[in-house]
Amino acid sequence: MSQKIGVLRFPGTNCDRDVFEAVEGAVPSTGKKPEWLWHADRFDAKAYSALYLPGGFSYGDYLRSGALAARSPAMQSVREAAERGVPVLGICNGFQILCEAGLLPGALVKNAGLRFVDDWVDLKLANANPTFARAAAEGSAAKLPVAHGDGRFVIAEDGLKRLQDNGQVWWTYEQSPNGSVADIAGVMNEKKNVAALMPHPERALYAWMGGTDGSGFFDV
Amino acid sequence: MKIGVKVMPRKEVLDTQGRAVESTLRQNGKQLNACQVGRYVVLDLPGEDEAKAMASAKDMAEFVLHNPLIETYELERL
Repeated sequence: MSQKIGVLRFPGTNCDRDVFEAVEGAVPSTGKKPEWLWHADRFDAKAYSALYLPGGFSYGDYLRSGALAARSPAMQSVREAAERGVPVLGICNGFQILCEAGLLPGALVKNAGLRFVDDWVDLKLANANPTFARAAAEGSAAKLPVAHGDGRFVIAEDGLKRLQDNGQVWWTYEQSPNGSVADIAGVMNEKKNVAALMPHPERALYAWMGGTDGSGFFDV
Repeated sequence: MKIGVKVMPRKEVLDTQGRAVESTLRQNGKQLNACQVGRYVVLDLPGEDEAKAMASAKDMAEFVLHNPLIETYELERL
């Protein structure tokens, strides 16, 4: 098992340093070191034990959030890694990129209220993920910050049913800030190695940040 | 050869931009039934063969210019 964790960087990613430090903070328990991965370069899909796609505004959100990043060389390697079963976590813009890449179902569009939302939200764990936040019990609560303009998760009815039947809904909002279908805040692929959520766990690691519910997302 | 790609939000997906523009128009006394906001992309493609240009515009539209889950697209020769 590789001892490295890859943190993706696209032009316009802005939560990269926070995610990198969150992974570094977990080194005493995991022994795994984070390493930067640049959007323009392919990488060895076998070299990392987990991959993180941080939030931000990759490629300036041009065309659609995450659309251009999803077609970058680094994402071809992410796809290979995902197919090999490597755990991949997308946060906020990372979620948008994974949907645009087709590695997760559905799409993220402008918030129903038209406004950018910047707040703390209460979440409920619908189905546990074997890697990220694995210690949390199904049905348990978490409080995490959100900061997004395009966070409304949409999916066709049959797709939603598949998600629900397969236990691929990861987190739901207690009170949706963006009008997402079925209050969905995070989803997983069928194999559950690719997961993503709109809230930012890297912004809730220590009490001084306002909460610690994000820490379980980085000790992989 | 120039090909236009018209990308519009699907009817079943709430068109938030269209709704906002519609509300501004109404607030200013303009009469309208509805307003939809999409995107228009102009591709300047090499060669003079229209069928080839249309095929490559279709390829690009499906590769990245539209997301079939939330949008539809139409091509037109300009």
